[in-house]
Amino acid sequence: MIRFTRVQKVYPRTGVALDDVTFGVGKGEFVFLTGPSGSGKSTILKLIFADELPTSGEVKIANVSSATLRHRDVARLRRKLGVVFQDFRLLEDRTVEANVGFALEVTGAPASVIRPRVARLLTQVGLASKAHALPPELSGGEQQRVAIARALANDPVVLLADEPTGNLDERATRGVFQLLREINGTGTAVMMATHDLDLVKRSDCRSIEINHGRIVFDTGDNSPGVV
Amino acid sequence: MTLATREALLAFRRAPMLSALSVTTIAFSLFAFGLFGLVALNIREALSKLEDRVEIRAFVGDGTAIESSAAALGDIQAFPEVATAALGDIQAFPEVATAALVTPTQALERARSELGEFSDVFDAGILPASIDVRLKPGFRDPASVRAVAARIRSYEFIEDVRFGEEWVEKLYQIRNVATIAGTVLGLTFALVAVIIIGSTIRMAVLARAREISIMRLVGATDSFVRRPFLIEGALKGAMGGTVALFLTWATNEIIGRVVFSAEFFDVRLSVAGIFAGALIGLVGSAVSVGRHLKSV
Repeated sequence: MIRFTRVQKVYPRTGVALDDVTFGVGKGEFVFLTGPSGSGKSTILKLIFADELPTSGEVKIANVSSATLRHRDVARLRRKLGVVFQDFRLLEDRTVEANVGFALEVTGAPASVIRPRVARLLTQVGLASKAHALPPELSGGEQQRVAIARALANDPVVLLADEPTGNLDERATRGVFQLLREINGTGTAVMMATHDLDLVKRSDCRSIEINHGRIVFDTGDNSPGVV
Repeated sequence: MTLATREALLAFRRAPMLSALSVTTIAFSLFAFGLFGLVALNIREALSKLEDRVEIRAFVGDGTAIESSAAALGDIQAFPEVATAALGDIQAFPEVATAALVTPTQALERARSELGEFSDVFDAGILPASIDVRLKPGFRDPASVRAVAARIRSYEFIEDVRFGEEWVEKLYQIRNVATIAGTVLGLTFALVAVIIIGSTIRMAVLARAREISIMRLVGATDSFVRRPFLIEGALKGAMGGTVALFLTWATNEIIGRVVFSAEFFDVRLSVAGIFAGALIGLVGSAVSVGRHLKSV
């Protein structure tokens, strides 16, 4: 599903962000990415959703290689992925329903498909009753659930979560994590970058620790995932 | 209604102040251009009216008895056959709009009516007959006038050809200066308008940078992101163009009442102005969004 092969990422101003990173994530896996701030966790996620390209090495996502990826292929690749962030990134002047539906609208899906799908997704994340609310009217945990519902709109093969619980209290964190586990249970691979080591320890999921742009620890066997 | 159109229209509701600012900026940029256009139009009209007066007058020699008697009788049919045939020739010149025979009697009447209180200074028979030639627009420059005059002069019975060479030269110079100045000023005004409008639209694009990044994040293609901005830009441009047209019309009306009556754009030019606004808005948006999409 995800395969990093000897990936190096160098930023012109800040220098090496990732160095010789190799790992794989298989279909339906749940993987934590841990490490201190600036260690390279977010860079790995950005390379996966093609917000960045590797300086050297290869990133392969669902049979799409960074070596042959063209600018126009990026949109299609992103429709196979779902991404959630610490700051939710919702359109604050649109309702919860519109925010989730937006991810389907960009694919050209007709309204007859969008409406029931959005209703189903909002039910899945427990926000069916808030469909007409605006994001600022929701709690942090609820906003993150909206972001997760939006990320799931196009049935992604991988859900990427960059510090999704970073802005949430403990209860909301548990709720969001539980939701991510449920999604993973349906067969969607989840890759979650987090600082919350307690959360990592409490779960039995694989974790990859990054430091100074290198993998220092991987509880998985580091064998190539299903590509 | 397509998603792109809906998004474009919603942008006006979501950011009414910024949208109003954009439309106002576009309107005033185009208003300045419109005022310039109005001045240019009126100068062109005035010069065109002056150019209408460019005329070649070929005086028919009075060496033949037939001609003299015909002139005395004021009978155009009695002109020498050769002159009548030549008139047909001259009328067939590609540069010639009209060519008319003026008998001595007609010439005398014309001179008297033009001179008013001095109408009695001429005696019958002192003015020669002539062929008065007016040229088509586009052939009123000194070279064309001179060429036609030379061809008319080549007829044996033509004694003299006059066309106010100095006046034609001066008029042509004024027209050239007006055309060059008009083109340079027009392009400058248009460029300034495009830069101002482009900056305004870029501001609108930057204000929605977050929205654009979210659109791309969920898999929107560049063309999908671009479409609502293009529609929005074209709409703002058309609205700005309409406001500018109204302001230009109002200014023209005020000048008409206070100073002098001036020509205004015809319907075709007015519609073209609104379309130009829409086009500038469209191109400005395309450039701004394109640059933004490349930079993120």
